[in-house]
Amino acid sequence: MADTAEVIVIGGGIIGSAISYFLAKEGVKVLCLEGSDYIGNGGSSRNGGGVRQSGRDPRELPLVMYGIKNYWPHLSEDLEVDCEYHQDGNLRLGKTEKHRKILEGLTDRARKVGLDVTMIDGDEVRRINPYLSDEVTCASWCPTDGHANPLTTTLGFYKTARKYGARFITGERVVELKKEKGKLRKVVCASGDVYEGETIVLAAGYDSRAIAATVGIDLPMEKIMLEALVTEAQPPMFNQMLGTAEADFYGHQTKHGSFVFGGSSGLEGFTKDNGTPICCSLTAPCICRGIMKYFPNLSDAKIVRTWAGWMDFSADGVPMLGMVPEVPGLVLACGFSGHGFGIAPGAASQIAQLILTGKTDVDLTALRYDRFKAKI
Amino acid sequence: MNQVNDRSRDIGEFVPRPDDDMVICRCEEVTKGEIRKAVHEGMWTVTEVRRYLRTGMGLCQGQTCGKLVKGIIASELGIPQSELEPATSRVPMRPIEMKVFAKEAKEADGNG
Repeated sequence: MADTAEVIVIGGGIIGSAISYFLAKEGVKVLCLEGSDYIGNGGSSRNGGGVRQSGRDPRELPLVMYGIKNYWPHLSEDLEVDCEYHQDGNLRLGKTEKHRKILEGLTDRARKVGLDVTMIDGDEVRRINPYLSDEVTCASWCPTDGHANPLTTTLGFYKTARKYGARFITGERVVELKKEKGKLRKVVCASGDVYEGETIVLAAGYDSRAIAATVGIDLPMEKIMLEALVTEAQPPMFNQMLGTAEADFYGHQTKHGSFVFGGSSGLEGFTKDNGTPICCSLTAPCICRGIMKYFPNLSDAKIVRTWAGWMDFSADGVPMLGMVPEVPGLVLACGFSGHGFGIAPGAASQIAQLILTGKTDVDLTALRYDRFKAKI
Repeated sequence: MNQVNDRSRDIGEFVPRPDDDMVICRCEEVTKGEIRKAVHEGMWTVTEVRRYLRTGMGLCQGQTCGKLVKGIIASELGIPQSELEPATSRVPMRPIEMKVFAKEAKEADGNG
């Protein structure tokens, strides 16, 4: 069996599937290895669906702006699925002076990088979204933000990558990388299978850390759990993506009519999980209380399902992208820190371009893996 | 499970059948033909079909159609049903109003 490929992508989430898609489309022989039994089984299928520029770190903002300009508007046609992309703006809501200061800081930083985002007051917020309670006194408003369906988008990248000839193997957990004559070459799996490639892309979320360690590279990140819930279908209310200054919840109404909201209890990292991303009984009620303060109308909406997932949170909250000079042949695409969905088309297209041409349209220097320094 | 599963394995072409318009997931109105087609588009697990078509994501959360969907996927792949995972069950067991769920645990003192 020919277990070689020009590019081996480790990780079949949205990042790995999208990189496979962009490479296979250009005729590259791609093999994508997913450790779990399912495509898109991590944050890719468990996030809130934001396609958001506002509130982002200026180092990763150019990448998501690039994706929104070049890919998101026609992604449904490209991927032959309904990505349910809406570009109807993002409201990040505040209720107190402290919130206003947080939002002003985020807005100023984003405007410096060229993003159209403004501060608006409570009345303007309710003109955009009349369902919000009077407690909301301010918001940042970015009209070019939006949301999409993470499930269909992730599986759409997989489906079309496969159509263009990319080979996917699930249940194939990578445990070790091996160099040959100073260059990365072999990928060893827990099953005993070994694959060989000229370029190896590491897009395995938090698991990337242990895999990179086998060639002496440490990727400073940790696992943080986030939880989400979905309501039964409601009549159409609004199309904006929503968040709050304190990040107590975020979400949107889907095409299906249900509301998807993500959030946290504040006790993440200290709850008992037995090694699987399982919901904590404290969190969904806490998210509900947060939502009801902003949207009193939703208090009768029924929750039909809750779920949880891991984020691969990097030491400074932005991803590690690009080549690794110490390990020729290794390309990183991990540490997306809970922002990996909206940025995926932009980031994956740039990683594919880097592999194909050695260059990128968006400068990735600020996202190098060796940027981490001690504080003093 | 963690079974090595090469998604390029040949499972043959999608062949339309007379009962393809039969509704399998009643909550989300998904037909047998849509499920069979999804398998040929690469959705080889109950989980992937659910995320792709919304089977079992409606009000009954798959309590009615779960086994039927699994059977259709297995037969399309030509494998025994026992090789597929059961559909995931998620909290809450029955749909519950946000205002009721919100009382589940004490909130923080003060205004948080």
